[in-house]
Amino acid sequence: MASPAAGDPTRQTEHDRLIAPGHTFGTLTDKISQIVLQRKTPRGWWIGFAAGFALLQLLLLAVVYLLFVGIGVWGVTIPIGWGFDIINFVWWIGIGHAGTLISAILLLLRQEWRTSINRFAEAMTLFAVACAAFYPVFHTGRPWVAFYWLFPYPNTMGLWPNFRSPLIWDVFAVSTYATVSAMFWFVGLIPDLATLRDRAQSKPWKIVYGMAAMGWRGSARHWNNYETAYLLLAGLATPLVVSVHTVVSFDFATGIVPGWHATIFPPYFVAGAIYAGFAMVLTLAIPLRRFYRLEDFITLKHLENMAKVMLATGLIVAYGYMMEAFFAWYSGNIYELFMIKNRISGPYWWAYGALILCNVVAPNLLWAKNLRTSVPFLFCISLVVSVGMWLERFVIIVTSLHRDFLPSSWGMYAGTKFDWAAFVGTIGLFVTLLFLFVRFLPAISIFEMRTILPEADMPKEDGA
Amino acid sequence: MRRTTAIYGLMAEFRSPHEVVEAARAVHDAGFRKVDGYSPYPMEELSEALDQHHSPLPKIVLAGGIIGLLAGWGLEYWASVIEYPMNVGGRPFHSWPAFIVPAYETTILFAAAAAVLGMLALNGLPEPYHPVFNVPGFVLASRDKFFICIEATDPKFDREGTKKFLAGLGATEVSEVEH
Repeated sequence: MASPAAGDPTRQTEHDRLIAPGHTFGTLTDKISQIVLQRKTPRGWWIGFAAGFALLQLLLLAVVYLLFVGIGVWGVTIPIGWGFDIINFVWWIGIGHAGTLISAILLLLRQEWRTSINRFAEAMTLFAVACAAFYPVFHTGRPWVAFYWLFPYPNTMGLWPNFRSPLIWDVFAVSTYATVSAMFWFVGLIPDLATLRDRAQSKPWKIVYGMAAMGWRGSARHWNNYETAYLLLAGLATPLVVSVHTVVSFDFATGIVPGWHATIFPPYFVAGAIYAGFAMVLTLAIPLRRFYRLEDFITLKHLENMAKVMLATGLIVAYGYMMEAFFAWYSGNIYELFMIKNRISGPYWWAYGALILCNVVAPNLLWAKNLRTSVPFLFCISLVVSVGMWLERFVIIVTSLHRDFLPSSWGMYAGTKFDWAAFVGTIGLFVTLLFLFVRFLPAISIFEMRTILPEADMPKEDGA
Repeated sequence: MRRTTAIYGLMAEFRSPHEVVEAARAVHDAGFRKVDGYSPYPMEELSEALDQHHSPLPKIVLAGGIIGLLAGWGLEYWASVIEYPMNVGGRPFHSWPAFIVPAYETTILFAAAAAVLGMLALNGLPEPYHPVFNVPGFVLASRDKFFICIEATDPKFDREGTKKFLAGLGATEVSEVEH
């Protein structure tokens, strides 16, 4: 039971503590709820929100033009039928894995440091999944009829989807993931919404937060059911989060395309998703803690732990790259051998080289403790990892498809300006939603933070 | 006049988690059963002291998961074998290995929904109005104060006697909860 985080988290060294000393239930509640309840919106918030909102308008333009003209405005064409749309889908859904991992798996593993980062990591998950869902839906070309292609419901044509297709598995996995993540997030918010209801000064906000809190009053009977539900949700979300990227990898692995048809795909995709997700959490946590002065709650310890998770999963990803090459060589199959040779030294050698630099070389710098605890360095490396993971999906999708079995069917691929507009536009959607979240909901779970304060320590009975 | 109106119960306020758990044990030992504790964060000790540490939720979630599995598999079987049989590469209509993934997802979906809706139902939420909110200091239950409320419907409840009893447990304030 004597884990280093147990006991008094404030009485440890600056590098090890989870909360700065001197905080009580009251100061902690006031500090976090103040961010939401303050009347005046900070100027920096408006600037960030405006930037995100402007990019969101680019998405609107890209979508209108896409629907007006058709999928031809994107760069996808045979032999490369999957381009930016699937690259970005996998990239976003991968980013969306950190939230549930932090809230569910780290909860079950009793990692107390998850408490200050789980709330906004979950929000990030939801927004990333929303961005991801955009791509396959619009890649259908006619999203208004995509419902009966994707979802099983009795329609007038009497059609049903083919459940043997990994693309249908994907629909089930991603929609379940989005729903369960949203429920998990909302359940976690209920007690904090009650805090906001009780602390809001203006009547309209009291009503809004009051409706959202649904009459939560913190009764012992409620907490008992609540804790049971939260733990069970964590237990259910754990196999779910592992299944989602596994199913996404099946989209590739079940196809007989050299470069996709490999058994290493599911674990290697899941590790890549965690790696990308933690990079995005760092990208968001570092400016958030600085701008809202949350260094007391998101300490160096949190940043360092996230860096360690990134290093570990980065090494698994590197192992995946090695195994892909090994499988191709060991198979003795000429198409597999050609694929890996073409991937490394073909026309897209630069993408593969940059990928190795970003995802294999760069994370190894995190072995050094002084780099792992340097905030500017962590921010830079988190961006490098995000670029690296985007390149990984580009390499997997484009280099595997562009050299078909017959040389007469070879081609090249590049995203058009509409591909880029849609990609940048979804980043705008993500940023906009995040800024709204930080303004209207507590970015750190207040009630869970109370439980790790020294004030909440109960004296052990009978010296047990 | 005020003394004759019926009240919901008596609410005692405590300063620390330690005090409220001690008091809850005393209240339970004194034979009060229509009691609830209030704290700003989940306290296992408080639920245990009031003997409210049982929840039927795990069984509800198990049932949800089983229903989800059967519903998912049933949907796949019905669509692929009965309603719309389709020969895909000579595979059997009931291609069970391929049906695992969607059924796995519906199992988790239904179980998770059962956990959330079950928790809300067991807690009687949403419940916009509750008498405890009439106590002016109760807003601090979601910040840093701890409360115990003994309801007037408890057979051992006696307006004056219970008030004295609660005050004797170290409560900083004991107030009447109006309906």
